Amino acid sequence: MSSATAGSAAQAGTAAAPLLPPGARSVNLTRTGVFVLLLAVSIVFPLAVTNQSANSIAFQTLIFVCAAAAWNIFSGYSGYIALGHAVFFGSGAYAAGIAAEHWHVTGGTEFVLLPLAAAVAALIAVPFGLIALRVRRHTFVVITIAIFFIFQLMAFNLNGVTNGTIGLNAPFLLWDPVTFDQRFYYIALGLALATIGLSWLIKGSRFGLQLRAIRDDEDRAASLGVRAMPVKLTAFVISGAITGLAGGLWFFFIGQVLPQSGFDPLFDLTVALMAFLGGLGTVSGPLLGALIIEPAQQYMTTAFSNSYLSQILLGALFLAVVLFVPRGLIPTITEKAGGWLERRRPAEQAGALAVAKGEKP
Amino acid sequence: MSALLRAERISKAYGGVHALDGCTVVVQAGSITALIGPNGSGKTTLFNVITGYDRPDAGEVYYGGNKITGASPQRVFGAGIGRTFQLTRIFPRLTVLENMIVASQYTGEAYRFRNPLARAGGPADRHRAMELLEFTGIAGHAGKLAGTLSYGQRKLLELSYVLVADPAIVLLDEPAGGVNPSLINQLAERIRELNAAGKTFLIVEHNMEFVMGLCHHIAVLDYGTIVATGPPSVIRNDPRVLDAYLGTAEDDAEARDDGAG
Repeated sequence: MSSATAGSAAQAGTAAAPLLPPGARSVNLTRTGVFVLLLAVSIVFPLAVTNQSANSIAFQTLIFVCAAAAWNIFSGYSGYIALGHAVFFGSGAYAAGIAAEHWHVTGGTEFVLLPLAAAVAALIAVPFGLIALRVRRHTFVVITIAIFFIFQLMAFNLNGVTNGTIGLNAPFLLWDPVTFDQRFYYIALGLALATIGLSWLIKGSRFGLQLRAIRDDEDRAASLGVRAMPVKLTAFVISGAITGLAGGLWFFFIGQVLPQSGFDPLFDLTVALMAFLGGLGTVSGPLLGALIIEPAQQYMTTAFSNSYLSQILLGALFLAVVLFVPRGLIPTITEKAGGWLERRRPAEQAGALAVAKGEKP
Repeated sequence: MSALLRAERISKAYGGVHALDGCTVVVQAGSITALIGPNGSGKTTLFNVITGYDRPDAGEVYYGGNKITGASPQRVFGAGIGRTFQLTRIFPRLTVLENMIVASQYTGEAYRFRNPLARAGGPADRHRAMELLEFTGIAGHAGKLAGTLSYGQRKLLELSYVLVADPAIVLLDEPAGGVNPSLINQLAERIRELNAAGKTFLIVEHNMEFVMGLCHHIAVLDYGTIVATGPPSVIRNDPRVLDAYLGTAEDDAEARDDGAG
């Protein structure tokens, strides 16, 4: 083949310049439909289902939707797998608890402390990130785990600040017990929606593209003018702040935080697993993962009154994801659906493409 | 013509191995200069030193009269020196167009505040990206993940996104290596066009046909030092070059003669 024919073939392709793979539009439409449906269901859920334990599970699921989406904003987009986000969750809970006690905050005004929980988590994320983000891959994972255990140890031992093993209690809320869960549910729903919205906004943004370029080849990205450290650190801080906010809200709902419940190693694994199951680095993946895993875990814990069983199943699920859907459910399903749609209407699309190229159909 | 890029008396050792030993290379503005030499003669090391990926033990790099020795890859790229890698370094899980937009970060206004949450790649960036992809002939793949491209297409993509920042000089590390012949011709054609428009090239390449047909000036590197420089017609017949590099052909001829005799 001469260079001339290669050139003309390339030009024919250029005229159409398809930016989306075939079938992507239908998949996008389906995705929007599913999301709207999910939103409608999540809004009416506490009105339709009055069972208290179901509402409690729903609230905790939303907390994890939030935490998994926040984790994904950093780890999913940048490729740096952090296993220490419980640091932010626990710090958020403790910050809210300590402030409430110190300033004698009572009743509903405690929600004013939520931004403080986020701010404290963000403040912790800065030095945490500056240390951990100097290394990559496995070393980064190990450092995040180490820092997590430092924080758990501090929560156990800094009695003057954290009240040691006794933990802290949240201010008592004089809410009607019937609507108690419902109110928390809607606050969590708002937070979860905001987090997913932010995740979506970041993914398509310049900032998000810089993060994803870092994920693929950090040095090359840096040489092309992406300032890697500030970009990574910003994502880490945003992710930490949201996780801290979720931690604060969770604390007000549960009413108590202990070193082992605030700084829970299972939290680190669970948020990561949720993102892996749904699809690392996708907007909807962590949402799907949290919607599957958290209710299942909560249900099993209450149904079998044995938390070990749910932990064993969680481990088994991790293995299954790695073995069978290593890229996660959302990318796998999207690809399958895209391929199916493409096969279903090959003639139609070939025609459309030919028209777009300015050829006679 | 004036020297756009000068690497003067560069030395670089890894452990006890002298990858570069007082090597001096001068690239004239507006030229296509080739850097040839046997494997392990230090060509890629010299590229790494020039583009900031490696620090030299001794010697200085000048770009348009300014010393850039030891500057970060980012600064070197920002200053106007683009570079591709022997084993292409693209972003495999970004689309081809997204690859181009990553490279458009640094078009001289990287330090000006831009809304970080704005959609990646404004219309101007996209337009420029598509223009360059059309120029290199891979615009039809703009929406594909870069990881799905063939080896030759990846090389074209890397060249395209290096061009996004409009560098004054482009360093190509084995652009024709492992690429099919029709793409090699396409590549040579594009380099010629860019050169005619004023871009300077420094090319490391083993494909002699490609080098001799394209380059104005050739520098031959052997054991970390420059053993010969000159236009292709001179280099082709230089005994030192034949000895160091093309000498294997003579050996082969002798071996064949021996075999026949």
